[in-house]
Amino acid sequence: MAGAATQVSLESAPRIMRLVAECSRSRARAGELRLPHGTVATPVFMPVGTQATMKGITTEQLDALGCRICLGNTYHLGLRPGPELIQKANGLHGFMNWPHNLLTDSGGFQMVSLVSLSEVTEEGVRFRSPYDGNETLLSPEKSVQIQNALGSDIIMQLDDVVSSTVTGPRVEEAMYRSIRWLDRCIAAHQRPDKQNLFAIIQGGLDADLRATCLEEMTKRDVPGFAIGGLSGGESKAQFWRMVALSTSRLPKDKPRYLMGVGYVVDRGARALPRFGSALVPTGNLQLRKKVFEKDFGPIDPECTCPTCQNHSRAFLHALLHSDNTAALHHLTVHNIAYQLQLMSAVRTSIVEKRFPDFVRDFMGTMYGDPTLCPTWATDALASVGITLG
Amino acid sequence: MKLSLTKVVNGCRLGKIKNLGKTRDHTMDIPGCLLYTKTGSAPHLTHHTLRNIHGVPAMVQLTLSSLAEHHEVLTEYKEGVGKFIGMPESLLYCSLHDPVSPCPAGYVTNKSASVWGVSGRVEMTVSKFMAIQQALQPDWFQCLSDGEVSCKEATSIKRARKSVDRSLLFLDNCLRLQEESEVLQKSVIIGVIEGGDVMEERLRSARETAKRPVGGFLLDGFQGNPTTLETRLRLLSSVTAELPEDKPRLISGISRPDEVLECIERGVDLFESFFPYQVTERGCALTFSFDYQPNPEETLLQQNGTQEEIKCVDHMKKIETTGCNQEITSFEINLKEKKYQEDFNPLVRGCSCYCCKNHTRAYIHHLLVTNELLAGVLLMMHNFEHYFGFFHSIREALKSDKLAQLKELIHRQAS
Repeated sequence: MAGAATQVSLESAPRIMRLVAECSRSRARAGELRLPHGTVATPVFMPVGTQATMKGITTEQLDALGCRICLGNTYHLGLRPGPELIQKANGLHGFMNWPHNLLTDSGGFQMVSLVSLSEVTEEGVRFRSPYDGNETLLSPEKSVQIQNALGSDIIMQLDDVVSSTVTGPRVEEAMYRSIRWLDRCIAAHQRPDKQNLFAIIQGGLDADLRATCLEEMTKRDVPGFAIGGLSGGESKAQFWRMVALSTSRLPKDKPRYLMGVGYVVDRGARALPRFGSALVPTGNLQLRKKVFEKDFGPIDPECTCPTCQNHSRAFLHALLHSDNTAALHHLTVHNIAYQLQLMSAVRTSIVEKRFPDFVRDFMGTMYGDPTLCPTWATDALASVGITLG
Repeated sequence: MKLSLTKVVNGCRLGKIKNLGKTRDHTMDIPGCLLYTKTGSAPHLTHHTLRNIHGVPAMVQLTLSSLAEHHEVLTEYKEGVGKFIGMPESLLYCSLHDPVSPCPAGYVTNKSASVWGVSGRVEMTVSKFMAIQQALQPDWFQCLSDGEVSCKEATSIKRARKSVDRSLLFLDNCLRLQEESEVLQKSVIIGVIEGGDVMEERLRSARETAKRPVGGFLLDGFQGNPTTLETRLRLLSSVTAELPEDKPRLISGISRPDEVLECIERGVDLFESFFPYQVTERGCALTFSFDYQPNPEETLLQQNGTQEEIKCVDHMKKIETTGCNQEITSFEINLKEKKYQEDFNPLVRGCSCYCCKNHTRAYIHHLLVTNELLAGVLLMMHNFEHYFGFFHSIREALKSDKLAQLKELIHRQAS
């Protein structure tokens, strides 16, 4: 199916995004995502639950932390336990007993990154299962079929993923192929009323290719867009430039999912918290280190999560040195709570029209001094009218 | 602290221990069990998930083996281990060893005993032992003792005698140091009955320990494999006969449902709850019934269920788990088995635990096959709740004079 994309249906996709507030200075926006399993306030952080579980925490704990959407991996679930079983269990929601929203990826990314013997053709991604050695083809149709069985609220198109460090004609090939695969996904999608198919903008680090991809994909009336092909080793400066370019050309009234970092974000330049052992405003704490042995305060005195309410750094340090897995669960609870709380604070600052101040405070806490803030971050913020210091 | 017996039936003691704890207002039921922990935390469980469990015992078991190496930290902390681990409201009992990990022999001397933690061996003289207890400030603690006789196969009389002598010496020294410690005035020392398999020494240990002002007794060295317990059960009866009625009797290393009942019949009050943990570690779920007076329809359904389980567990399977080579018992099902892949029933029908109310066997099977941590969390929640339910049924059976039915039910299911 080379050449121009096929004409899509003139019937418009549901508008699942409702804007609540916009920052007049930057492009940051707060909104509400209306999904089949409830409303989700944006910007939002989505915990990743690869194999129908959020590491060692229960769905009740996740719900209690305020999480309303999380992510599942089609590649893993497609292999174990497989879409047929999940369908019998009333979809992924039923299988893992999660009452709120789910987003599944297409399976393509893991396939290419995890499976050494994968091969991409126009048909799809051909690979060998690491569990039973069988050869399978993951085509756009098959990916959507699996995701239809999983029943997630947001599903992703199968895209031709190329690492952002790759240059040359492969990037262009992948970009155009992703458009063609988007159309095939749209055609194969059996449940547009129950599941929202997002397109994924590709084009690597080439501004022209990105622009072309944006122009073409936005002609398709999908409920939302993801920015893909980034956070794979490119420099942070390149990263934010491509993000900014992408968000500037995406329709205002549709949600944007920045892939690889688990954020559904509206336009805005923002520092991205990294996963560490325990997240705190100044970065992260490696609690196994001796320095925490006699530190009797909580991970973060401002945090309201059960870990910080009940336990000290010293206790967690001791527990981390034992073989009791509870140590990891305490940290998972805190880290998810921290990121959800952070997004909530970002959102509130946008609604209360003080987002630039929020960013300044945040960067100040993390880096101490405006001059210590990395260049890429300063530039990124400056580009949307936020100056530090 | 006051132990009141409601009744004694065929050697089984039913009652309550009142005025427990630093505030003297906690109560414990006997027969009962203690919540098993590793480094001060229930295995796999956080505050939230532990709270989900119904029937958690009032008293928590801590192990010195997991805490001794944190002595310095706890001393600096000053406020006691209960607060340190996030269980300020719980009653705490500190045992020497972890019942799940066997202790290497050859390390007890006339002056010291050792425990094994993550960082290795911690040797403790009586002074060091008491200094650690001062930092911990538990409600009850097992006195420093010589329990090595249980680690070996055959005990010489000489060795058995030594274990009694040493343990009494340690006890007298610890009691003396306790008198001098203000911090430990509210803590209770549990005297340890040793003596290996030598009747004479066991009786001597019981009589001598009972003369000391201890708060209760730990029956040590009765653990082993099921066959050794049989011989030791005779010893057990003789030992408990020598102990005062108004003080609690704990036993270490015994946690299987059938063995628990045998020990209760021989005057034991309190048990460790490490069995549900071992079941969890091998990816299994407790399913044995303790419903000794079900309705006829239920009996039929359960019998059909049990028959099926027994058919498939036709031989004991050896499972390699961390630290222990334990065999799957007939009290449990192995969720890793392929037949559970599409089983959308709860682990146990009618169970009110979080796992059974929210998840299916198929889901647990998936979590185990994919090596997900949540498997341990959910199984631990179920297994603890099921086990605590079993103890509740023991007390109910004793109350209504139906222990024989419960015993028969359990033995029918014990392979």
